[in-house]
Amino acid sequence: MAAELHVELVAADRNVWSGEATLVVARTTSGDIGVMPGHQPLLGVLESGPVTIRTSEGNTVVAAVHGGFISFADNKLSLLAEIAELADEIDVQRAERALERAKSEADAAAERRADVRLRAVTGH
Amino acid sequence: MGAQLRVYKRRIRAITATKKITKAMEMIAASRIVKAQRKVAASMPYATELTRAVTAVATGSNTKHALTTEVEQPSRAAIVLITSDRGLAGGYSSNAIKQAERLTERLRGEGKEVDTYIVGRKGLAYYGFRERKVADSWTGFTDSPAYADAKRVAGPLIEAIQTETAEGGVDELHIVYTEFVSMMTQNPVDGRMLPLSLDEAVEESGTKGEILPLFDFEPSAEDVLDALLPRYVESRIYNALLQSAASEHAARRRAMKAATDNAGDLIKSLSRLANAARQAEITQEISEIVGGASAMADATAGSDK
Repeated sequence: MAAELHVELVAADRNVWSGEATLVVARTTSGDIGVMPGHQPLLGVLESGPVTIRTSEGNTVVAAVHGGFISFADNKLSLLAEIAELADEIDVQRAERALERAKSEADAAAERRADVRLRAVTGH
Repeated sequence: MGAQLRVYKRRIRAITATKKITKAMEMIAASRIVKAQRKVAASMPYATELTRAVTAVATGSNTKHALTTEVEQPSRAAIVLITSDRGLAGGYSSNAIKQAERLTERLRGEGKEVDTYIVGRKGLAYYGFRERKVADSWTGFTDSPAYADAKRVAGPLIEAIQTETAEGGVDELHIVYTEFVSMMTQNPVDGRMLPLSLDEAVEESGTKGEILPLFDFEPSAEDVLDALLPRYVESRIYNALLQSAASEHAARRRAMKAATDNAGDLIKSLSRLANAARQAEITQEISEIVGGASAMADATAGSDK
């Protein structure tokens, strides 16, 4: 059995996802970072972007995360985000509408949020 | 119907209507407590993890950050007071306000100027009526606060603490809210959010005695702390708002239960009085009839002779 790490993805108001994983890829302010079991203790600031979790069953969970932190210690990884949504929960049409609206209103932050959401769904 | 009886009947009707309202409010509040408690529980993982992370950075690095070190001569402090938007919750808001008054008194005693920030219409009305200065206020969400609301409250506070004291900033940040202990007990409490006292933070996150690993910071300890502390303040305020909301509903439920019971008692004693009044009326009528009949009998008996 491959080594595993325990992942907790928590948003400010709920627990979004938790389980065992073999690899977690997240975007920090200084670039993408991949965490595998046995990584050295880490505490980083996350950019808004997609987080990819490869579960121990071989599935891939993608979530859109808007700002937050990644912390890893003792084979336990916590992803803290103010807002976090799993790709399955994201309403594509709504995100697209939000993107349009953000573009027309020139709201850079909202545009970025909608963009991250869409990318999490489409997997790019 | 006699005048007395009619007055009693009218009062009973009025109180029955009031009782229906208070009973409904009691039941609504009771159902909302459960919802509010669930929200408190749902926000716990984030708060615990965040506190852990803050403790880890603050203890695991030699970083001196403005928000974790105490100023030698703190001269200005900010207080956030959380009250409710609506009344009919017993002493809920006034207890929180009293707690804030005590804290203000204490801080003034220590020679600090105090800026007050208020959440909730009741607190705002109290300060407004006394024409006291309020630095900023927010209303309209105390029933069920969202994280966005906590962010709105936290924004100006973080700004204030990051500003130099001479330019109108503050050195300390205190919060006054109502802690939800159980359905029956809610305590107004005050606590200092910033500068962060590490002992408290350690106790809160339940990491006491646990040795924290040596973290690798990405991009650097300073940057991580810079990003963490505003989130920490937001999360603390969010937690305080949620607990206050749960306490508010619990206080309202208790107040409305007392009002319903009281209305029940009033109805009971008024019904007794109304019954007595009706009985007195009947007794009087009977005695009048009997009196009248015997007078008639006496009169006819007299004419026979």
